[in-house]
This record gives sequence, structure tokens and C-alpha cells, in this order.
Amino acid sequence: MMATLLVFLAGCGREEISTLIPAGEVAQDQFNLLILSSIIMLFVIIVVSIIFVLAIVKFRRSKMGEDMIPEQVEGSARLEFLWTAVPIVLLLILAVPTVYSTFDLADVSTMDVQAEDGTSSNLTVNVTAKLYWWEFEYPEQGIVTSQELVVPTDERVYFNLISADIKHSFWIPSIGGKLDVNPENVNTFYLTFDQQSSELEDGVFYGKCAELCGPSHALMDFKVKSVDREEFDQWVTAMQSEEPAAVEGDLALQGEELFGADGLSCIACHATSGVGEGNIMQGPNMATFGDRNRVAGYLEHNEENLKNWIADPQEYKPGNLMPAAASLNNGEELTEQELDALAAYLMGLTVEE
Amino acid sequence: MSSIAQKKGFGATIWDFMTTVDHKKIAILYLISGGFFFLVGGIEAMLIRIQLAKAGNDFLSAGLYNEIITMHGTTMIFLASMPLLLAFMNAIMPLQIGARDVAFPFLNSLGFWLFFFGGIFLNLSWFMGGAPDAGWTNYASLALASEGHGIDFYTLGLTISGFGTLIAGINFLVTIINMRAPGMTYMRMPLFTWTTFVASALILLAFPPLTVGLFFMIFDRLFNSSFFVVEMGGNTIIWEHLFWIFGHPEVYILILPAFGIFSEIFAIFSRKRLFGYTALVFATILIGFYGFMVWAHHMFTVGLGPTANAVFALATMIIAVPTGIKIFNWLLTIWGGSISFTVPMIYAVAFIPSFVAGGVTGVMQAIAPLDYQLHDSYFIVAHFHYVIVGGVVLGILAGTHLYWPKMFGTMLSEKLGKWTFWFFFIGFHLTFFIQHFLGLMGMPRRVYTFGADQGWDLFNAISSAGAVFMAIGVIILLVNVVMTTIKNERVGNDPWGDGRTLEWAIPSPPPFYNFAQTPLVRGLDTFWIEKMDGNKKGMIFAEPLGDIHMPNNSIIPFVISLGMFIASFGALYFLDGDKPWALAVLIIGLLITFGSMLVRSLKDDLGFYITKEELLEDAKGGKTDGH
Repeated sequence: MMATLLVFLAGCGREEISTLIPAGEVAQDQFNLLILSSIIMLFVIIVVSIIFVLAIVKFRRSKMGEDMIPEQVEGSARLEFLWTAVPIVLLLILAVPTVYSTFDLADVSTMDVQAEDGTSSNLTVNVTAKLYWWEFEYPEQGIVTSQELVVPTDERVYFNLISADIKHSFWIPSIGGKLDVNPENVNTFYLTFDQQSSELEDGVFYGKCAELCGPSHALMDFKVKSVDREEFDQWVTAMQSEEPAAVEGDLALQGEELFGADGLSCIACHATSGVGEGNIMQGPNMATFGDRNRVAGYLEHNEENLKNWIADPQEYKPGNLMPAAASLNNGEELTEQELDALAAYLMGLTVEE
Repeated sequence: MSSIAQKKGFGATIWDFMTTVDHKKIAILYLISGGFFFLVGGIEAMLIRIQLAKAGNDFLSAGLYNEIITMHGTTMIFLASMPLLLAFMNAIMPLQIGARDVAFPFLNSLGFWLFFFGGIFLNLSWFMGGAPDAGWTNYASLALASEGHGIDFYTLGLTISGFGTLIAGINFLVTIINMRAPGMTYMRMPLFTWTTFVASALILLAFPPLTVGLFFMIFDRLFNSSFFVVEMGGNTIIWEHLFWIFGHPEVYILILPAFGIFSEIFAIFSRKRLFGYTALVFATILIGFYGFMVWAHHMFTVGLGPTANAVFALATMIIAVPTGIKIFNWLLTIWGGSISFTVPMIYAVAFIPSFVAGGVTGVMQAIAPLDYQLHDSYFIVAHFHYVIVGGVVLGILAGTHLYWPKMFGTMLSEKLGKWTFWFFFIGFHLTFFIQHFLGLMGMPRRVYTFGADQGWDLFNAISSAGAVFMAIGVIILLVNVVMTTIKNERVGNDPWGDGRTLEWAIPSPPPFYNFAQTPLVRGLDTFWIEKMDGNKKGMIFAEPLGDIHMPNNSIIPFVISLGMFIASFGALYFLDGDKPWALAVLIIGLLITFGSMLVRSLKDDLGFYITKEELLEDAKGGKTDGH
């Protein structure tokens, strides 16, 4: 029965986001609890169904006769004991792994364990949720990125979650359950990524905001790239280089100009270097923009969408805090050529090969 | 006096309902207004399912969608389910215990009008700048950031209607404690009276925390206090606690009376005494008791820590035990009975598998670590619709068919009732079963749209198709109500033929004084006992026929509530700062309320007597013995 259940469930959903296709230790634990509880609950359903079906088939008035007065039974202490005791036993079977797992998944005591050279042996990521995007700071490494979380596989990654505005919830369904991102306190937990995201059809795991946070709650997505430790270290090194990637081409150069302090001052909110601390800049960091999987967290990653987004952010994410382009451009809309330039520049911002 | 209830013009009927203190008429008011809000909430549900029928749909804008889901939840819980259940409690419970009315008829009327004006106030937000948009849970950080007056409509509207519900709860408690007929001991009370009793106790204890939370929110938004303002040292988690300390018992406030209705139905249509009556009573009390100890299972992902999560997980699991006791006792009630598949019984029978399905997913979510995946996903949406639609709404629909003849003196069509049932039941499972899997496939709840690349398209389309079936079912029910009312075929005391409790021993609808003589109760299922003993009257009497003291009608409850309604607009607009008239509106509203309370306090209203002669005349008219 369990095998058929597993096969059935695995057919559900996409591997980038389904909790039924777990790709991390935490999600696997939770999936196991799902299966265990489903089996116990199926047992309950079957018992109830049998009594139920027999009762409504056997005791129809058409069979019993119109004038039949059934015996007015008061009850049975023995049966009452039975259906009190059996559910308690079933619940105890569920209670043990529940308590164990509750403490296990909350155990972050190894978070600050240090190696001999004084560096942490585990990766910590500080997550800041903002309307409607995500910032990921790697405090040990001194780098910060946004919208696309990059993590090493096969090791525990610890997360510190805080919101910069209102409550959100951090959820990567195929990697592990969610944890709320509160405005008043840091929540900490860990996840393990057991599969490289390059094996997935879309190349990334999908992350979600799971707590209603305003009009664009549905669009507050992020993506996760899980890579092996070696590749992760390369990525960190590339992020840490103070020199931003060289801008190539006239169009991109014009875009850089527009992006900078002498143009639209986008850079006042959007850093283009991966070096820095978290929760300082108003807008998402752009250092890895060219490497990303999506524009604005959910639109297909192409120049067309990027230009549309810059021209009218409210159209694509209602309620987000990015100013309308015109308000930065002396009240005038950006020309097609200016949008092209910005898109060319941003798409060129990359730290990957 | 009795002749007053005869022919009346339309205006006089309206006036009669505005001033009535009769529990049976107040029940009709609850039924009509609850039914109206149920339709409003249903339309909102259809808009939600249209929007989600396909990926990337732009039928509704993001902001409007959030307003609709907020109002759908708020309306269905506070303005539809609860008043519809209060309608049956009002109509039936006093009859079941052999009482002449509730303990405080005036307060009963006040409770209704407060609920009504609160509900109207809340819904006027649609036409006055936008509805609340922070979800029915109204979590504080989002609510405080919400622009416009939507959230203020929510807090003020729920405060007023919450007063009404609280008053109703206290009234029922006092009624059941004090007004039971001679011989009606606690352990002879019908199950519906028991569940009304426990649900009223829950109302009494659960609504104050909500009111506290709403007051904090009102103060934060209107008077710049900082209970929930994090930058000023406030804490938004406090709101979550206050809300769920109310919110979880609220679920039981809804489901327990539905359990009561089903208990009556199983016994009546199996022609059999409830199996394990004592166990059912104690299970009801236990569910009510545990209901206050599990609120944090709505907050497993908040970060309360493993100790709190583990404790609340275990406490939550325990609730499955008394609930299971109930299910098995119902099954054993129909076991060995003689089952007649009338419309109420079909609903009751269908309720069992539906509610068990909702119950087992509840236990799954009690497993805290598993809930980290399920929480705020479509799995939870499926779960609570299984318990609320599969439990409460099926209970309300069953109760509507069961008690319609007692409330209106005419039977709803069984044929149309079965059509309603099948459309609604099939639609319900079609809509919500598949949502479990959407949740497991990673779909968060409260999303106004979803991308086509996430594998959720087909299941959402199926879910939306199911909603259409449910809507058709409800429309057939409306047709049924209209046709039944037009036909108006009168029925006798016990139209189902197998009634067991006191309400079936008197005419349908009962005379305004209920029992001409207070009955004497000789055991559980009084009416059944008398019938089996061959007692043609259906009851024996505890007192000789004599004058009956009745309360006068009063418009004051309506005026008190109207004053609070007006004052709320004043409060709402006062702190816009640029509307000096708002303060005047606030003061006028409060003056109306407190002025009419003063009138009520100072003016003696001693009621009136129905004389013995009038009662005899009534009886001769054949009205007290329709059988």
C-alpha cells in the first residue's frame, strides 16, 4: 500500500517546488511524517467507512419495514472504551516522531561551531524579506545577493530570517517546511540541499513567500541554486572581487551611465557589487542580475520583460516600492533606447562564467 | 392578544420584526440575514474560483482579490455560519427545554440588531473606499500597513457584531441553566441543547480576547497607540495570540451546534435513541474544554520554539479522541435503526465521511514538523473547508430542511432538496479534495494568481469547476424556498413523524407563547416517551392552565444598535483629521445609544398577561393541536 501511495504522490507536481518530491533532508523528514500519518489516517478512514457503509446498507427503512420500532439501545461501556483507547494508541504512535522531529528540526546548536582557524564550519545566510523581494547576506563571506539564493549541497545551511517591513514567510517546498519572517525577531533554522539544482528542468528550486503580505504576495518568489561545495566557493570568490564585471558594448555603457548617479540614480537603491552587508540598501542587489533565472522574481528572464518591468513596476508587482521610472527622469518616461541600454547593462552584470 | 398575530399589512409586519422580542421571530431574522450574508460570501467565493480557474488570470486585480478573500472569510465565519446557527438555537433550543422564551428576550433582540448592524457596517466598506484586505485573520503588521479605511471597517464592524454574539451567548447560558421545564435535568437535555450550551460557554470565554485584540488594533490605527507597531516596541505576535485564542474556540462554536443538529437527525431518522448519549455529552464538553488549549497550532511556523510547538501539537492531537467518540456513537446510533433517507438525513449521512476526511487532515497538521510544509498552503485551505463546509455548512443545510416546518409551518420540497444536496455535495468534494494536493505541490494560499510553470493548472481548473456545482445547489435551494413559501402547505406538530424531543410536541409554527402549559419531562426524548406510552397530547403538564406573563415588544434594541452603527462612522472618519463633522457623528451616535439605554433603564416595562380565557379560545381554534 505504501509503495502505491509513494508512486501516486511522486507523480504530483514539479520537482522544483513539490513537497512530494523532497530534495533535502528536512523535506524528506517531513515527507516521511506525511506518509506515516497518511497510513494511520487511511486505517481510521477504512474502519469508519466499513461501519458506515454496512450501517446505511443494512438498516434502510425499506428493509426494516415501515412500522418497525428499533430497540432503543442506550450504549455500551465496552465499545466506548474501545473507541477511546484505540485512537489514543494511534495518536501515541504519531506523537513520538512528532516530538522528536519538532526538537530535531529546531536544533541550531551547531550553528556557531567554529573550525580551528576561527571560521564557522557551517554556512549561515541572513535573509531579509522586503515588499516583495528577498535579500540574502552571507555574513562570514561579506557578500550579499538578492532574489536568487546560492547554496552548497550536502551540508547544513543555517538561516536567520528577519523582515524589514511586514510579516512574510520563507518557504522552499521541495527542500523543507516554512518559517515565518517576523518584523520583530530573528527566526533561525536550517535546511539541507541534497540535490544540485542544475539537474532540474528549470535549473533552480522555487522559493515562496507563504504569508499574505499585500497585493503582490503571490509574486514574492525567489529561486534557489544549489551547487556543490567547490562551485559554491568559486561563486563566493567571484562575488567577493571588488571589481565589478567589465561592461562591454556602447549600449551597455550607456546603460551604466543611466543606472549611475549621473543618470537615474538607480544605484542609490541597487548596489552592483556583491560585496556588502545585508539590510542596508533599499532595493535588490544587482551584482548577479545577468545570472538570474527570472526578472522581478517571476517573469521569464529576458530583456523584453526587464524593460517592461523598469518602465512600469506597478503593473507587474502592484504595491512594490520601486519608484516609477518617470519620477526619476524629471517626469518623463524612459525612451525605448534608454530601456534597451539599461537592459543591456543589467543583463551583463554577472559573476558566473 | 392572541388575535394580534393574525392579519397584518406589510409595514406592520416589518415593524413587528423590528420590535419583536419573540425568540422564534428573532430566529427568522437571524435566518434571513445569515442567509443573505451566506449568498454574499458565496458570490465572493465564486469570484475567487473564477480568478484562479487558470494560470495568470487577470479577472481580478491583486488588491481587489485580497479584499475579496478577506471578506469571504470574515463574512462566512462571522456573518453567515454563526448567525445561521444562532437562528436554529433561537428557534429550537427554548422549545427543546420546554421554556416560554429565552431568559432575556430584550437582550435577544439587542444581540440580533448589534450583529446585523455590525455586518452591514462591515459590508458597506465595499462602497466606501474599499474593503479590508489583510485576510480574515487580519495579522497586525499587514493590517497596520493597509491603506484606506478597510481595516477600520473590519475592526469596528466586528466589535459591534461581536457584542451581539456575546450577548446571545450569555442569554442562552442563562436560559439553559434557569428555564428548563420541570424534570428536564441536564442529562435529559437534547444534544442540540447541550451543544448550544457548550458553544455559548465558548462564546462567553472566546469573544473577549478578540474584542481586546480589536480594541488594540482600533487604538493603533485611529489613536496612534503602538501595541503592534514594532518600531515603537510593539509586537505583532500578540495579535496572532489574541486572534487565535479567540479563533480556535470559534471553530468549535461553529461545529458544536452543527454536531447537535446532526445528533438530532441521526436519532429521529433512525427512529432510535442516541447511542452513548452520556459519552456524546462528555465528548462535547471535552471538545469545548480542549478548544482553549490548542490555539498555537495555528502558529507553528511563527517561531515559538520547539517546546511550545511540541506541547501544542500533543494537545491538538488529543482533540481527535472525543471527536472520534462522537463519530462512532453516531454510527452506532444508525446501526440497528430504521433509516429513512429524508433530505436532513442525507446531509447527516454525507457529513460523516466528509467530516472524517477533514478531521484526519487536522490530525496531520497537528504534527508540528509536518505542518511546516502544510501551513499556509492549499492543504490548509482544503482542511478547513472540509471541516467548515463538510461539517458546519452541511449541518446548517440539514438544519434548514429539518427545522423549516417547525419555523414556518410548511415543508421544503424533498425532491428539490435532494437535487440541492447532490449538486452541493459533489461540488464540494470536487472543489476542495484536490486542493490538498495543490498544497502538497507547493501552492501557497491567498495567492491572487499563479504562474503556469508550476504544475498547478489542471487541479485549479477542476477546483473551480466544482465551485460551479456548489453554486447550482444553492440556487436550487433558493428556488425551493420560494416555491415552498408560495405553495404554503401547512403541516402538523410532528411533520417528520418520528420527532423525539419537545419541539415536535407543539404546533408548527408554535404559538407565540410556546407552551400553553409548561410540560413535565419524564426522561430523555420526552416526546418519544409520551408517544410510546400512547399519550395523544404528546406531553404531560407540570402546571394547570393559567395566565401567561409575556414581555412587550420594543424598538429600543434596534435604536441602541443604530446608534452604535452611526457612531462607528464618526470614529472611522474622525481621525482622517480633515473631517470635522465626524466628531459630531460620533457624539450623536453615542448619544442615541446611551440615551435609549437610559430610557430602557428608567421606563418600567412590565409586559402583559395572556389570560386563561384567551388560551382556551386559541386551543378551540384548533391551533394548539394541529395533529
